[in-house]
Amino acid sequence: MKVAVLVFPGSNSDHDAYHAVKHVCGHEARFVWHKDGSLGDAEAVIVPGGFSYGDYLRSGAIARFAPVMAAVAEFAKKGGPVLGICNGFQILQEAGLLPGAMLRNRSVKFLSQQVHVRVERADTAATAGLAPGTVLSMPIAHGEGNFHAEADELDRLEQCGQVVFRYVGRDGGLGADAANPNGSARAIAGVCNEGRNVVGLMPHPERAAEPHLHHGAEGRRLLEAFLGSAVHA
Amino acid sequence: MAIPPPEVLDQHRLTAEEYERIERFLGREPNRTELGLFSVMWSEHCSYKSSKKHLRGLPTTGPRVLQGPGENAGAVDIGDGLAAVFKIESHNHPSFIEPYQGAATGVGGILRDIFTMNARPVAVLNSLRFGSPEDAANRRLLSGVVAGIGGYGNAFGCPTVGGEVVFEPCYQGNPLVNAFCLGLVKADQIFKGRADGIGNPVFYVGAKTGRDGIHGATMASAEFGEGSEEKRPTVQVGDPFMEKVLLEACLEAMKTGAVLGIQDMGAAGLSCSSSEMGARSGTGVEIDIRKVPQRETGMTAYEVMLSESQERMLLVAAKGREDEVIRVFEKWDLHAEAIGHVIADKRLRVWNGTTLEADVPNEALTDEAPVYDRPWVEPKNPAVDHDLSNLPIPGDLGAALLQVLAAPTIASKRWIYRQYDCSVRGNTVLGPGSDAAVIHVKGTRKALAMSVDCNARLVWLDPYEGARLAVAEACRNVVASGAEPIGATNCLNFGNPERPEIMGQLVMAIRGLGDACRTLAVPITGGNVSLYNETDGVAIYPTPTIGVVGLIEDVSKVLARSFREAGDEVVLLGACTDELGGSEYLKTVHGRVAGRPPRLDIEAEARLYRCVLEANGAGLLRSAHDGSDGGLAIALAESCFAGEEPGLGADLALPASTLRADALLFGEAPSRMVVTTRDAAGLAAVAARHGVPCTTLGRVGGDRLRLTCGGTSLVDLPVARLHEAWTSLERRLG
Amino acid sequence: MIRVRVHVSLKKSVFDPQGRTIHEALGGLGYAAVSDVRAGKFFDLAMEGDDAAAAKAQAEEMARRVLSNPVIEGFTVEVL
Repeated sequence: MKVAVLVFPGSNSDHDAYHAVKHVCGHEARFVWHKDGSLGDAEAVIVPGGFSYGDYLRSGAIARFAPVMAAVAEFAKKGGPVLGICNGFQILQEAGLLPGAMLRNRSVKFLSQQVHVRVERADTAATAGLAPGTVLSMPIAHGEGNFHAEADELDRLEQCGQVVFRYVGRDGGLGADAANPNGSARAIAGVCNEGRNVVGLMPHPERAAEPHLHHGAEGRRLLEAFLGSAVHA
Repeated sequence: MAIPPPEVLDQHRLTAEEYERIERFLGREPNRTELGLFSVMWSEHCSYKSSKKHLRGLPTTGPRVLQGPGENAGAVDIGDGLAAVFKIESHNHPSFIEPYQGAATGVGGILRDIFTMNARPVAVLNSLRFGSPEDAANRRLLSGVVAGIGGYGNAFGCPTVGGEVVFEPCYQGNPLVNAFCLGLVKADQIFKGRADGIGNPVFYVGAKTGRDGIHGATMASAEFGEGSEEKRPTVQVGDPFMEKVLLEACLEAMKTGAVLGIQDMGAAGLSCSSSEMGARSGTGVEIDIRKVPQRETGMTAYEVMLSESQERMLLVAAKGREDEVIRVFEKWDLHAEAIGHVIADKRLRVWNGTTLEADVPNEALTDEAPVYDRPWVEPKNPAVDHDLSNLPIPGDLGAALLQVLAAPTIASKRWIYRQYDCSVRGNTVLGPGSDAAVIHVKGTRKALAMSVDCNARLVWLDPYEGARLAVAEACRNVVASGAEPIGATNCLNFGNPERPEIMGQLVMAIRGLGDACRTLAVPITGGNVSLYNETDGVAIYPTPTIGVVGLIEDVSKVLARSFREAGDEVVLLGACTDELGGSEYLKTVHGRVAGRPPRLDIEAEARLYRCVLEANGAGLLRSAHDGSDGGLAIALAESCFAGEEPGLGADLALPASTLRADALLFGEAPSRMVVTTRDAAGLAAVAARHGVPCTTLGRVGGDRLRLTCGGTSLVDLPVARLHEAWTSLERRLG
Repeated sequence: MIRVRVHVSLKKSVFDPQGRTIHEALGGLGYAAVSDVRAGKFFDLAMEGDDAAAAKAQAEEMARRVLSNPVIEGFTVEVL
């Protein structure tokens, strides 16, 4: 599996994603510079986390105009699997490849903590092989991860099965306010596009991919699912 | 030759004697730009003129030391061809003036110190001190500082993995913000701040130069007339995005082999970097300020040389290979500007086009800066002699425990560190809230542990003993994670050294640091001194913050604080002695900061380390927690928390003791650790071999912490209740 | 040279955590008369040329395309 990991100025989880794909999951990983107009022979794309262009205007707002994003849009249109993590999710939203937008966290503070997310759908590029209801523990680290869409748009996302991950308690249950750390609408932690091949989530599976890490290794299951799905794409 | 009017000297913080020294070096009167150069380079901050004589007594060498003090940061060999590069620095005053930017640029500065050495920063810790959190002004400072640290480190992409936050009234109006950073580099690829090779070009890269942070000297200068509002020294503003791009570009440029030396422009900006690089190489540097990228118009040579604009680097490239360097920076949308070159004369020459603005011997600015042997008196704090023998013992020791757990300095700091990205880079093994932070070294089995510590109350009571205790605590925290201490860095925060009693604190604290580090074989590879931390003549507690780095050969052997499984045996390693002096309990429950600091037997401390490391190496330990901070009862209570959540309780019994019950629970005797094991006998054998007292207290289990002594109940509380007290500050302020 | 100011703020329908926090803080400081706060940001664009209408039109395009996110934000453009 050949995975392109995009690099924007200000990306800071590009190395993490590269490491997890290559050294943990054993796939081929390659950095693709934001000025490149082509993804080469990549079979899957990861848009990593960070603060692209400092996020000074708005998270992901400038990155989406980078030349490589046209190639990503083309790749996605053809059904290629794309995973956006944190800032990568925001970039894909800005690029119109994923629905919704991010507001500041409800607390208006940056939040760095371990969360639990529940897999809602197994029929996406990032969750194939994971049973719906699976709870994965991973870290979040963001200031703007408060998922927003208008009510009718939220209803549509639910109906179309585009809500892929939700923040839940340790037991997998919704309800407890504390389980939804940033105040996301309907506790949404991740969504996909209508084609189900583009998936974005705020938590960081690539930082929770090895057993000796404080943040655990459950994120690896998600990455393996994504890399596995890419095989069949 | 005439001495300028006193106000000019005052503005430049130079004495008449220092001015005469400048004239002797130059053989003439300095012009204004030169006076500015001397002013910043001979400042306490850059020259260490009050502390240098005493710092020479610190141990700085050892088999692992690759770089000691004198460079941008220290470096130690960690094996596998790798080096750990680390340093701690203060940004106290700027953080008081503008908490967000002051703290942010503090982090930015320490990150640059590390990547200047070609090391990629992989961990940041901080040591923060404020006045009482009950005061709204302090809370505003705290919230600004924390947001600034997070705002910079999070965006830059270096995890903030640990630190300490301490509240004491003496920091009201004088908060301390000390930032520590550690980076990794191949041991044979460390870069230094050198200007070698006559004729080689000197490049300026990074952000443009503005009037930010220019020495206060310019503010009242006679040259000012109209437009002086515009020229007022401004707060430095950090740009973490620029720094991140600069990091990647610099590391990539260093890989080309075309870069020969590099130094960041921190304090004293271009003056410091250009003169120090020349001085280290026995060469000189000649620059033209017209070529320096400028953000503002009409800047004078004085302003360009003294600007402290952030995110700037000076580098020397190999002649003929300029294009390789320029290309790398252009890839990152940065511009590398050739602003001068290396010269044979050992001088710093500053041109403004064809006008020579300054021509000064490098040595005069650096190695030959004045060194003072300031008068000092041995500190004698009368509070040490305070009689504690008639201190009432609380009737309800459980209530006292809850009170100490809720004390702001002891309480959970999650509400603070939740704002710091601790997971980026995917190496974090133990994050904030642990005894030591631990990161995995990718590509190896190894891990590095780091802790920053200083119990300044104890240093205030007795600077020598307090400083030794600070070293011991930092090392013990590192050992508690399973690591062997291999290097240290210090940040000495003190009051006005021109007062003999303050100077005495500094002298004795440095001696204490040196003695403890020597005995423990932990070299100090660098650090920073911050003096004049006082308001209205009232100094802060002397605060020599120590950062210790430890090495763990096998990442799977990292130890955490929390009890892990019911049935595990809880063992106290080390002895409980009567040490209530300066304790958190004494302050919180009895409202006194007094008494003799705990006695530290440094040999016993070293034996404890050897015992814990051997026992852990043999797989005997399940958890470990330093037993000094807040005392044994606090150590046990914290072991009952699973990270930030309530965890497993324990049923424990101390053997009958001659100590007062409160001294037993809350005395802060060093050289102790609370550990758990499944093989108490095996552990006892290891402890006996090392001569470490070893007491099996009981077993992990249940949801209460029960502690008896000689059959009498001292504490019997639900873990949930302990946790509630420990997190009460978070609920109020978080 | 024409100076154009673009104001960007969250749409009325979108919850504004920043505005709420500032509102609470003002209340805490005794400014009871404040019934709501909405936070936003503005961009001052210095644009070449002397055709104000053209500059405004271009600024509107930039506001729509780059400076705001239409999913959550609205904007106004004024020529200064």
